[in-house]
This record gives sequence, C-alpha cells and structure tokens, in this order.
Amino acid sequence: MATLQVELVAVEKMIWSGEASMVIARTTEGELGVLPGHAPLLGELAPGGVVRIRPESGEDLVVAAHGGFLSVTERGVSILAETAEISTDIDVERAREALRRAEQDGDDPDAVAAARRAQSRLRAAGQDA
Amino acid sequence: MAGSLRALRRRIRSTQSTKKIFSAQELIAGARIVRAQNRVEASKPYAREITRVLSALAGSASLDHPLLTERTDARRVAVLVITSDRGFAGSYNVNVLRRTEELLGLLRNEGKEPVLYVVGRKGETYYRFRDREFAESWTGFSEQPNYSDAQEVGRALIDAFTAGEDDDEGGAGADGILGVDELHIVFTEFRSLLSQVPVANRMAPLVVEEVEEFSDEQRAAQDGSGRSSEVPTSYEFEPSAEALLDALLPKYVTTRIYAAMLEAAASESASRRRAMKSASDNAEELAKNLARQANQARQAEITQEISEIVGGADALVSAGSDD
Repeated sequence: MATLQVELVAVEKMIWSGEASMVIARTTEGELGVLPGHAPLLGELAPGGVVRIRPESGEDLVVAAHGGFLSVTERGVSILAETAEISTDIDVERAREALRRAEQDGDDPDAVAAARRAQSRLRAAGQDA
Repeated sequence: MAGSLRALRRRIRSTQSTKKIFSAQELIAGARIVRAQNRVEASKPYAREITRVLSALAGSASLDHPLLTERTDARRVAVLVITSDRGFAGSYNVNVLRRTEELLGLLRNEGKEPVLYVVGRKGETYYRFRDREFAESWTGFSEQPNYSDAQEVGRALIDAFTAGEDDDEGGAGADGILGVDELHIVFTEFRSLLSQVPVANRMAPLVVEEVEEFSDEQRAAQDGSGRSSEVPTSYEFEPSAEALLDALLPKYVTTRIYAAMLEAAASESASRRRAMKSASDNAEELAKNLARQANQARQAEITQEISEIVGGADALVSAGSDD
C-alpha cells in the first residue's frame, strides 16, 4: 500500500518523521484528511488544532500543533508548527492550569494565543477543552 | 628581601586562581558551542520547509505583499544588532558593533535614517554609554535564545515595518506611527570553530534570492540522488494564497531572526572559548615567570643569609686571633 512520507517539524527541532497511511488535520477552512496521492496543497492550520497521523500499524499519533502550516506535495506531507507536542508528552494538569490562567487574563492577544495553545494540548491528550 | 618574596608568592596564588576561573569558563563555553551547534542543526528542517512552502507560494500568489515590495523612497531603516549579554568573549562584540557602524555609515550616505534595535546587554551598554538612541532592546537570552525570544523581536520589527508603509515626507502617515521602510540584521555568522564573521543582511523587503537559493539546493539534491524533478507545479490553497502569504511571511522573518540568534549564540561561545583559552595560557605563563622570580628571590635570600653567617664567623675568628 502506498504511504505518505510525513514530517512534523517545529521551529526548534524536528519532532517526528516517518511513514503514515493518513494524516488528519484542521485548517482554517475545515477538517481535512490526506491520503497517499493527494493533490498538492498548502494550508494554514486552525489555531488550537490537533493533527492526527495514522501510521501503517498501531495507534494514531496525536499532536497538538500550534501556529502552523500543512504542506502536501507528491513526496509527502510536512507539518510546520511553531510549537508541537505529541499527546503522550503532554502534561494534562499543566495544560489545564495554563488554560485557566490564560482565561483569567481576558482578551489580551497573548492570553488568547496561550489559551488556544492550552486547548489544543488538552484536545490532543483526549481531554475536554 | 623577604618582603618581595612574600609579595611574589601572593601574586602567584592569585594568578593561579584566576587561571582556574578562565579554564572553567573555557570548558563551559566549549560545552555550549556543541549545544548551540546542535540547536542550529535542529532548527534547519523548519527553515528548509518554510522556504519550500514560501517558494511554492511565491510562484502562485501575486507578489504584492508589503514584506516583499521594495519601497521607492525608503527613509527610515531598522537595524537589528545581535550582541552578547556577557563579556569575556574576546573581540566578539567589538567586531559585530564595528560591522554595525559600517552599515549605519552606509545607510546614512544613502540618505536613510537608521533606527537601532539591540539584542544583548553588551550592545545596549555600548549605545547607552555613547548616548546614542536605540528604539528597543532585549537582553537575557543571548547564549541560549528561544523561539519565543525571536518572536518577540520579530513582532516589534514587523510592527515597525508595517507602520512604515504609509509614512510620507517627514510625517508619520495615516496611522500616526513613525515606522521603518527596511529591516536589516547584523549578527555573527558561525563559519567554523576558528572563524566567526560578523555579517549584515537585509531581511525586508525580502529578496527573492531565498527562493532561488532553495531551488539551487534542490537541484543539487536531485543531482546527488538522481531523482526526477519534484518541483510542485499547482497547489491548492486553504485559505487563499494571499491569506497564506500574509500568515507565512512574518513567520518567515521570525525564523530568520531565530536562525541569526542561534548562529550568534554559537559564535559567542566559540569566541569566548578562544578568549578564555588564551587568557588561561597567559595566566599560566605569568605564573611560571613569577615562580622563577620567587625562586630567584629565595635563592638570593639564602645566599645573603649564608654570606652574613660566614661574614659573622670570619669576624669572630679574626677577633679571636687578635687576642
């Protein structure tokens, strides 16, 4: 079966790369699934979004990606994010705490961005946000 | 005589303890270079990907984004200087500041007014001491910059740049904020452990060189691996190409600032290690010379004591023979 070559890169380091059978992401326009052979596409990931990478076998890799882009080429999929965390590395308690703090700070753009980040982390970890 | 011996011994002790400090600093800097180089490497995949995305976009979108358009009458120009927070780094800061002065001179000759943005405590002190104005400064992260630091700097610069769009002859334009028309960055490029060169680059308006540079790279990659041409031709965009460009370009500028900061951090550690190496070598040399002098003084003291004793004994003997 054809596979996608997926690269997940954050600014400070490459987070994950490997073969996958499907990538599910949400762009600012809506939810999107990428299968092998997808047409070339560039998309901006929705703030607070979660990216799922489905490997050929085993569990889905769920990633909280913030401030990023999705690029699909013939070669594969690259996900560019300012910050990205794999669900298993996420500390739910801290994310909750961050969300609560950010919500207290109100409408300040930084606080809104922080809230979004915390939400996406919670969602990736399979919690309600 | 005894006094000078004591003074010499004291100097030897203090030289040796400063030497210990220098060699500790040298070791720390050495470890930091490796870490900084790793971070430079780790940041490359993102830079490569974002360049690729940008070049794909540039091919499709009409390039009239403010960050890409040359402004015909650039008057105010932002210059971002990256220096270190701590000294003990040899000529690192001097070199980067000298390069900055060159750039400022050049800009003034072109009739532009440079506006300084400074990263690092050393640069800040330099300009403050000389009573020169700078627009903003950031300190505290020169050795280990994070992306969030680059974001902060990037935001300030891009804001100034966007505000400069509507500036007219001598006025601040419609938004009432005096902005800038060009962004330059001066930082120290890490070529190797032995050579770090201060360089000045223009960040905005972006030069399309970046895109070409990428395709060269890609061509080289293809030559190497013999793969067929993979330059993507038609992309779908979500949202529109223009909206994507809007979102992407500031990130691209920030990525370049971040890359510059990482390079500067590696250069800083390399300069520091070199400076500390020669300082501890000098301290060792000094301690050796002082030890020689101290030995000489000790010898002289002993010789004098012996000659005093011999002289005294002789005097006693000759006094006794007189009796």
